[in-house]
Amino acid sequence: MTTTDDLSVQLLYGMKRIRLVEEYIAARYSEGKMRCPTHLSIGQEAAAIGVGLALNHSDLAVSTHRAHAHYLAKGGDLQAMIAEIYGKAAGCSRGRGGSMHLIDTKVGFMGSTAIVGNSIPVGVGLALSLQLRKSSAVSVIFCGDGSIEEGVFYESANFAAVRKLPVLFVCENNLYSVYSHLRVRQPEGRKIYKMVEALGVPSTLVDGNNPQAVHQAAETAITRIRKGSGPLFLELSTYRWREHCGPNYDNDIGYRTEEEFQVWKNKDPILRFEQNLLAEGVLTISTLKRMEYELKDEIQAAFNFAENAPYPGPQEAFQGIFAEMALTQ
Amino acid sequence: MTRIITFAEAIREALYQVMEADENVIVFGLGVDDPKAIFGTTAGLQQRYGLERVFDMPTSENAMTGVGIGAALNGIRPIMVHQRLDFFLLAMDQLVNGAAKWHFMFGGQGKVPITIRLIMGRGWGQGPTHSQNLQAWFAHIPGLKVVMPATAEDAKGLLLESIYDNNPVIFLEHRWLHNTTGEVSEKAERIPLGKARKVREGADVTLIAMSFMVVEAIHAAEFLAINGISCEIIDLRTLAPLDWPMVFESVAKTGRVLALDTGMTTGSFAGEIITRIANECWGALLYAPQRLAMPDYPEGTSVSLTADYHVRAEHIAGKIGQMFGRTLDTTSLVANRRYPHDVPGDWFSGPF
Repeated sequence: MTTTDDLSVQLLYGMKRIRLVEEYIAARYSEGKMRCPTHLSIGQEAAAIGVGLALNHSDLAVSTHRAHAHYLAKGGDLQAMIAEIYGKAAGCSRGRGGSMHLIDTKVGFMGSTAIVGNSIPVGVGLALSLQLRKSSAVSVIFCGDGSIEEGVFYESANFAAVRKLPVLFVCENNLYSVYSHLRVRQPEGRKIYKMVEALGVPSTLVDGNNPQAVHQAAETAITRIRKGSGPLFLELSTYRWREHCGPNYDNDIGYRTEEEFQVWKNKDPILRFEQNLLAEGVLTISTLKRMEYELKDEIQAAFNFAENAPYPGPQEAFQGIFAEMALTQ
Repeated sequence: MTRIITFAEAIREALYQVMEADENVIVFGLGVDDPKAIFGTTAGLQQRYGLERVFDMPTSENAMTGVGIGAALNGIRPIMVHQRLDFFLLAMDQLVNGAAKWHFMFGGQGKVPITIRLIMGRGWGQGPTHSQNLQAWFAHIPGLKVVMPATAEDAKGLLLESIYDNNPVIFLEHRWLHNTTGEVSEKAERIPLGKARKVREGADVTLIAMSFMVVEAIHAAEFLAINGISCEIIDLRTLAPLDWPMVFESVAKTGRVLALDTGMTTGSFAGEIITRIANECWGALLYAPQRLAMPDYPEGTSVSLTADYHVRAEHIAGKIGQMFGRTLDTTSLVANRRYPHDVPGDWFSGPF
């Protein structure tokens, strides 16, 4: 797609791009060429893109093991991501990180890490650096409902509140930590955003499957943070369509029901939104088709690039453990 | 120009000089601005460089390590300090999965120039959870540099180098060294990591030591010299990177080696030293390589429980005598110690 000023079309485009990329991954995962644990965000696209479109490249972001959507929404290079999942030297982490360790510092995507909660304090530290530099940029921390159970979340939110750091916590609550439902992990009746509010971080609950609602909440929050509000927290309700790790649907293995899945599938962030835009005349069928063709071309090209790109040589396993010394010091 | 100052003063001077030279340097940790000022090492820093750059922190060792990592990723050079290494164990995820991996794991995008000062010790009832010397843990993790100064001069020069290093550095300070004195340059002279120091030339046996073990080794070597055994002492200064050429060259010359360690015996760094020497210097060895480290028991708190617990000069001398088939009377070494076994000197009266 060429550029458009229309925010709703940008939101749709961004969501469809993430969805299609991940459906490609799912369709080809069984070929055995993407040889790393891979966590898909299908069903959760609105959360990523709604926040991503509220950010500038100078804003910084960190994410989790389920990072494809955040990386792409922040402007990360698609070819470098697919090449990374394929373990190629052209991958964003030169094949050392795989799907869970994505980075594109050129657009402020500062890294996704694989241990639950691990990147949360890193995002707070990035915010500290912005405050020390008197920058107007914001640090965004993508995290999930599971990470709220990690001690490091409290420690991080507490410090961000103490120092009034320019940080936005974006918690996608998809109800599951691997196969463990929220009800066995957090007490009945708990509202995550209310609890976080009690830590001194003003919080908002948003329908995470509504891209416009997410975007509006994110933009409002980021504007406040740029004006010095200190940290803010968004809880985005959403749902993971596929298995925790891997390409398949898993409603049959016994930890959740097909009925529950269908309820959430009916709240598909893309389909609903797309139909609304068509009904409102913001989008025509032909524009939509062109968008889809363009996306397929782009994604096919990224996969071709990744498949044909060379692997890092085996000797690279023994290189680059330390950063060089600063030349200026 | 050099003059004689304490190990703690040398650290403080390094911090002043580096904060003066580079506004990206920040210092934080529990108590950096309190009246005790981390055994004096951070005294006055906040008054001079302000609350933004020198600050106390929440009791959140894990997150605050991550905060340091995040700041470092964006060009800040954080120096984090913990009054006891044992508390830093709460931060192993951020250290091991984060700081140590970042540069490699992201294919060179990003670097983490953080220095983490950890103070460790022994005696005065520090007991099971306030006395641990876990350098072997840190040295085991690729991506970390591990520094263990023994002298005031090295404390300053190695700390400066650690701060300017573009990688995470674990800087281990033995509490028993803070009040020791030495000649230290007034200038901000850096000492490279990975260069050991020959403390004493000798012909008969090589003593390999780090941190406070260097002090015990010197006492033992003086005693052994009187008894006709010439000791060469190598102060490793840094465990990662390590100056293997100096180690191998010395052992090739003497044919005998005793590796000393302030940590527990099993899995100790001294064990790594012995392994490498066995691999590289086998033909030169005249006696099986030996080590002396702490027993594989937690340190008890009572003064009585530490009476036979730590490695001291008399144990080193006794072990080396054994390596020469001699039984040495070490009572003079014990008798010359003018203070109880659980303190580093008359100056120390606790509480920690």
